[in-house]
Amino acid sequence: MSRRNILIVDDSELNRALLSDMLSSDFDILEAENGVEAVRILHERELEISLVLLDIIMPEMDGFEVLAVMNQKGWIKSIPVIMISAETSSTSIDRAYDLGAIDYISRPFDERTVKHRVSSNFMLSLRQQEMTEMLSSQIYQKEKDNSLMIEILSHIVEFRNGESGLHVLHVNVITQMLLEALVKKTNKYPLTNHEIRMIATASSLHDIGKISIPPEILNKPGKFTPEEHEIMKQHTVEGAKMLDAIPFHKDEMLLKLGYQICRWHHERYDGRGYPDGLKGDDIPISAQVVSMADVYDALTGERCYKPKIEPDKAVQMIMNGECGQFNPLLTECLLEILPRLKTELSVASMSSNVEAKLQDTVKQILKNDSGGASDRSIRLLERERQKFQYLSDISLEITFDYTVIPETLQFSERGADILGLPLMISEPSKSAAWLKIFKKEDFAHFVDMINNTNPANSVIIDKYRLTIGGEEKWGKVIAKAIWNDAEPPELEGAIGKIVDVSDEIKAMEYFEMRANHDAKTGLFNYNAAKKVISNMLSQNNGKKYVLAMFDLDNFKEANDQYGHLFGDELLAEIAERLRNNMRSTDIAARMGGDEFILFMEYKNTVKPQIARIFKRLTESYKDFSVGISMGIVTSESYTGDYDSLFKMADEAMYFVKKNKKNNYCFYNDIKDKK
Amino acid sequence: MTVQQCYEAFGGNYQDVISRLRTDERVARFLLKVVDDGSYKLLCESVEAGNVEDAFRAAHTLKGVCMNLSITRFAESATALTEALRGKTEFGDGLQPLLQRVKEDYDLTVKCILQLDK
Repeated sequence: MSRRNILIVDDSELNRALLSDMLSSDFDILEAENGVEAVRILHERELEISLVLLDIIMPEMDGFEVLAVMNQKGWIKSIPVIMISAETSSTSIDRAYDLGAIDYISRPFDERTVKHRVSSNFMLSLRQQEMTEMLSSQIYQKEKDNSLMIEILSHIVEFRNGESGLHVLHVNVITQMLLEALVKKTNKYPLTNHEIRMIATASSLHDIGKISIPPEILNKPGKFTPEEHEIMKQHTVEGAKMLDAIPFHKDEMLLKLGYQICRWHHERYDGRGYPDGLKGDDIPISAQVVSMADVYDALTGERCYKPKIEPDKAVQMIMNGECGQFNPLLTECLLEILPRLKTELSVASMSSNVEAKLQDTVKQILKNDSGGASDRSIRLLERERQKFQYLSDISLEITFDYTVIPETLQFSERGADILGLPLMISEPSKSAAWLKIFKKEDFAHFVDMINNTNPANSVIIDKYRLTIGGEEKWGKVIAKAIWNDAEPPELEGAIGKIVDVSDEIKAMEYFEMRANHDAKTGLFNYNAAKKVISNMLSQNNGKKYVLAMFDLDNFKEANDQYGHLFGDELLAEIAERLRNNMRSTDIAARMGGDEFILFMEYKNTVKPQIARIFKRLTESYKDFSVGISMGIVTSESYTGDYDSLFKMADEAMYFVKKNKKNNYCFYNDIKDKK
Repeated sequence: MTVQQCYEAFGGNYQDVISRLRTDERVARFLLKVVDDGSYKLLCESVEAGNVEDAFRAAHTLKGVCMNLSITRFAESATALTEALRGKTEFGDGLQPLLQRVKEDYDLTVKCILQLDK
């Protein structure tokens, strides 16, 4: 904080020292021993001083005179002054307040009082500065027409009133249109365009006094009792009072218009309205117009106590004097603008952007309000929660809500039921019950994924192996990370659901297996083998591989002699022999017919391994002597793809077949022979 | 003499001052400042010179200082003098006894303060 200087003005050095002693731990202290010196310091260091403690009785220039100078220079608006004096007569206190002092500490000083008053006034003035800055930036932003602050205020009233927020906007539009029609029609009310806009803006304030009406009366659906009606009527006076009580900007036209509108928008042209029974043009034109706009929109809109009335009918009712008495000129204007009014009002809804912003702000304010308004927002939230719960219950899904600080995991009732967990788990990453279901490393992975999202890209989907009720399941986790709107955004947690996809995955695995494997032998099929082997070769990690290809020499005889069933049995046996003689990292496949391949990694030499496998494969099966022709190629002296490797093995195999069957040979050997 | 004994001796309210200023150390520090404070001297000189305005201000300051330090007896006589001088343009007859009391209370207070344990 840059402005933490406090100026103590007192002619007694002892008093200054005492105050300084009390405050120096929290503030930097400047001292002046009389008014002249105080003014000099203020002049030089106006912007650095956040608060002045001012004695009254002093030589040279007393406290009142200092206040007068501060008023004259405008310092009093930005620098709060607390009077300190043994002068406790009410006249001097009053005079100090009149001159803009904001608080009074009488002697003898009590350390706690002094500290408390100074820091609370200091905070207040800081807050006020912030608000002034906020307000002024808002005003600059929206200087043309609607002040956002006014809209917020009036929307608070409407939200509290159970209305949609459109009423304020409609009254604004109608007021503007009526006034434009009025100045065209007559010179009686010389209003500039600027004044018309101001009245329209101020019209938003017409019901702010309703904030002071107890909610049980305000939102009563039925008719008011006479007493209740009297209370309700007070919203006019209360609204005006609120505006009148604003200590700043008294001369602001907006506030003056707001005052007129609040107080007199229920007066009648015939003098029978309230609160003051003003008659005719004693009622300011601003209030007359807003009164008509208010009535028209109330008639044509739907309310909890009445259906909506068609525009033409509403105007008829107004002209017949069924809803109050109005200036005949205004009634004419209303009739004139009616055709345009019908279309304008349907368009007059705020741009979604502004509306959303406004509603957020309003909700925020309502949240901080302790009265009936917050009950309403709590009810709304409760309704949302019930909806959400119902939807998640009928979907049979496990929904969860993960919070980072404090780390908690909350489940839907249904979800907790399925998982056999309580509704809420604190510190899930340490909870044994939770980690039994969701593996520790998996949960860490999930948290990692959430942390790696960003507000623009906040959804993650992944599958995890879960143990639910002692059963292994596959769970698909879909979650949305929740980032707050701080700068930079901070991760607050995530919401999401866990869907049991075990069946889905089992089916997938089955189909994948079916697609990759040969039905007769359970080995890989041609395509799958090609894919896997190509992949291993392409990694080119310096490993040495060998590809052996073989077929059965006498398979046709086996089929012919013992039947196809035996043939199938034989193929299965060969597959089994392959499986038993290879490592899990090796790949065996049936290429079709009686042709197989075996693809293996080897270290130094591959010959003994091949010899052993060849021997095992050619053992007799049920008196049938198995013979195979095998061609082998190693990737040692070769850099190519699967297809050329395959071709070489094939060539070697045919070499064996051509020469003497039931043997094996290496491609390199026949190459030499060629 | 402890701070509390000192307060008993000059007719002050020790409980009050300690509840407001919190520590003996701080109270003692400010009591010693009373001895150096120029207000009493200014009061005497102003009376001597017939300057009522300055005398009022000096009495007023003394009153404030005494109230702040709960030097009750002295605060009472300073208050009486302040009120007697408020808004006056010349010293009246009734002033002398009030001045006399202030002088007595000042002397007693200073005497006690000087006996404080160092």
